[in-house]
Amino acid sequence: MLHNLSPHLLTNVSTPLQYLSANGDVVIEGNSVKELPEFARDKELMVQAYRWMSLTRAFDQKAVALQRTGIIGTYPSSLGQEAISVACGMALERDDVFVPYYRDHGGYLVRGHSMEHLFLYWGGDERGSAYKPNEGSGFDMPICVPIATQASHAVGIASALKIQQKKQAVLCTLGDGASSKGDFLEALNLAGSWQLPVVFVINNNQWAISVPRHIQSGAPTLAQKGSAAGIPSIQVDGNDFIAMYEVLNEALERARKRKGPMLVEAISYRLSDHTTADDASRYRPQEEVDEAWSKEPSKRFQHYIHQQGFWDEKAEVCWQDDCQTQLVKAVAAYQSFEAEQPEAMFDHLYENWPTCMDDQVIACGEKYLRNHSG
Amino acid sequence: MNTNYDHQLEEKHNICLVEAVNLALRRAMLDDESVVLLGEDIGVNGGVFRATDGLQEQFGISRVMDTPLAETTIAGTAVGMAVAGLKPIAEIQFMGFIYATLEHLFCHAARMRNRTRGRLTCPLVLRAPFGGGIHAPEHHSESTEALFAHIPGLRVVIPSSPARAYGLLLAAINNPDPVIFLEPKRLYRAEKHEVVDDGKALPLDTCFTLREGTDLTLISWGACIKECLSVVDGFNSIADSGLSIELIDLATVNPIDFATIEASIKKTGRCVIVHEAAKTCGIGAEIAAHIAEHLMSYCKAPVKRITGFDTVMPYFRNEQHYMITELDIEAGIKTVMASSF
Repeated sequence: MLHNLSPHLLTNVSTPLQYLSANGDVVIEGNSVKELPEFARDKELMVQAYRWMSLTRAFDQKAVALQRTGIIGTYPSSLGQEAISVACGMALERDDVFVPYYRDHGGYLVRGHSMEHLFLYWGGDERGSAYKPNEGSGFDMPICVPIATQASHAVGIASALKIQQKKQAVLCTLGDGASSKGDFLEALNLAGSWQLPVVFVINNNQWAISVPRHIQSGAPTLAQKGSAAGIPSIQVDGNDFIAMYEVLNEALERARKRKGPMLVEAISYRLSDHTTADDASRYRPQEEVDEAWSKEPSKRFQHYIHQQGFWDEKAEVCWQDDCQTQLVKAVAAYQSFEAEQPEAMFDHLYENWPTCMDDQVIACGEKYLRNHSG
Repeated sequence: MNTNYDHQLEEKHNICLVEAVNLALRRAMLDDESVVLLGEDIGVNGGVFRATDGLQEQFGISRVMDTPLAETTIAGTAVGMAVAGLKPIAEIQFMGFIYATLEHLFCHAARMRNRTRGRLTCPLVLRAPFGGGIHAPEHHSESTEALFAHIPGLRVVIPSSPARAYGLLLAAINNPDPVIFLEPKRLYRAEKHEVVDDGKALPLDTCFTLREGTDLTLISWGACIKECLSVVDGFNSIADSGLSIELIDLATVNPIDFATIEASIKKTGRCVIVHEAAKTCGIGAEIAAHIAEHLMSYCKAPVKRITGFDTVMPYFRNEQHYMITELDIEAGIKTVMASSF
């Protein structure tokens, strides 16, 4: 079904794969409406996708509000990029491995990682990455802050799966800024050379904090970086769930069948600040943001499922209520976690405890008593 | 677990240090099929020092992998492999090229267990030859073990004989957390010793007391152990030297076995530390600080460090002026024996 996989197409700027236009109508090709993939007629699947996208957005709004009121720490919003992350989560099979960067809240939620654990992580508690996912391989990687380093881990995991003769695939996400880093380019290189079962997804949201896409790279597309490594690569409208889901399904299936890696450049826009500690008005014009709002993924997809008769106002109201109920519960669950004991910082450093550190554990306890007495 | 040993391999071997590394790798790969090797030129070529000689031929290309020439790739890939259930042993060709691995070691390998509260672990071994004295080109002679010793969550292990190379490498491979295993390349082919291929690991986090003595504790590790042994045997064997020196091979340079060091210094009251690495913030500083904090009342004289200078390692024409010699160690010992508080 994918016609754009041939690497040579990417030596020039290609048109990103798209099914839904900015307003949610199916795009017109020539004189007719573009033929949709079969799954786009699957009511249950489409409604599920929309629910994940809007839950992700509600989670995001709640997380920003919690940061503003001092209940969690600095938080990177995924506003406007929900289609990419949710499509990643939904295209992965249970035993596949998700290796995300730090803006993939949607993918984590779909994978069964709980909202309270995400709040815990951004609330400055290591236990945020200690969950046992309800679904997923059990070794989905934790949130990765050092830019692009997860790409190296993804090829390591993919290599292990290949050596262990397992049929799973690995999906690694990164931002447009990360596409400039050596880790990413080295990971592409190894994935191409060893033909590893890994799919890379660049969330090209146009901004790496304050640095715009055109300063990141002179390459016309970020997708073509995969071509240099011999990896089939494609640009996709990252605000179009249907396009994202189709491409990721095929890319992951390809990886599971040991047909090699793929790179997907998902074109989107970071509607939020970089994090809650950032002020994007310092470096980008409001008109650009306003323009990007007209292409955002959630409204677009909502329009589509309305048109298909899969969704209506009543369902929307019910679902939004449901999201708020889930969030209230999750926040309460998060807030019910007492901070760990001070000595917990020593608990998971080593499996085999080095006894020369005994006095430091004692000193930590004494320090606590000294600073918290009375 | 494959326990079908090749019984021929259990024989005693008279081998040098790099051959002991090879023997330990072979033993680990026979015993545990999750052990895989990756690095530059380690396959058909057997490594530039031949540490992996013959292993690809024996275990195949899916277990002994030549990587692209990219150290970040080697470290990051090893992290991913370790998390996914393999036991990767990565080779960095020379310590001078190890710095591209630091982000993966510091930000991921060393803290995977901690950041997931034990959900994921990262049991990898990163091997690299290090140290000077072999007339190598620029960037091929440094000793920067202290950089790694400063990273919480990592173990840093340095063997100083063929038998300890064999036993400590097996211990590093068995260890459930990441280990940086630094091989003193000046000793790679310096001497042959008997090594029994019995698959037995030596303990980590433990010093080895190589010579017992009562007058002074000499602490070192890696290649300098060679000169230390010669000096100590010289003093201890001459009846009228009047000196009995205890020699401790630190072996695991982080975490340090201070219990052994404390017991020795309580006995001798004097300490000399020898390392090839630069002086400032070297491992010797940590040992001296520990003695100052905990053992001052047992000390009869100030601690002395005999170390490399805080300079860029000279290229090999002048390398001799940097390297620690037996005469340097002798002079240091005599100074400490002559001094008192």
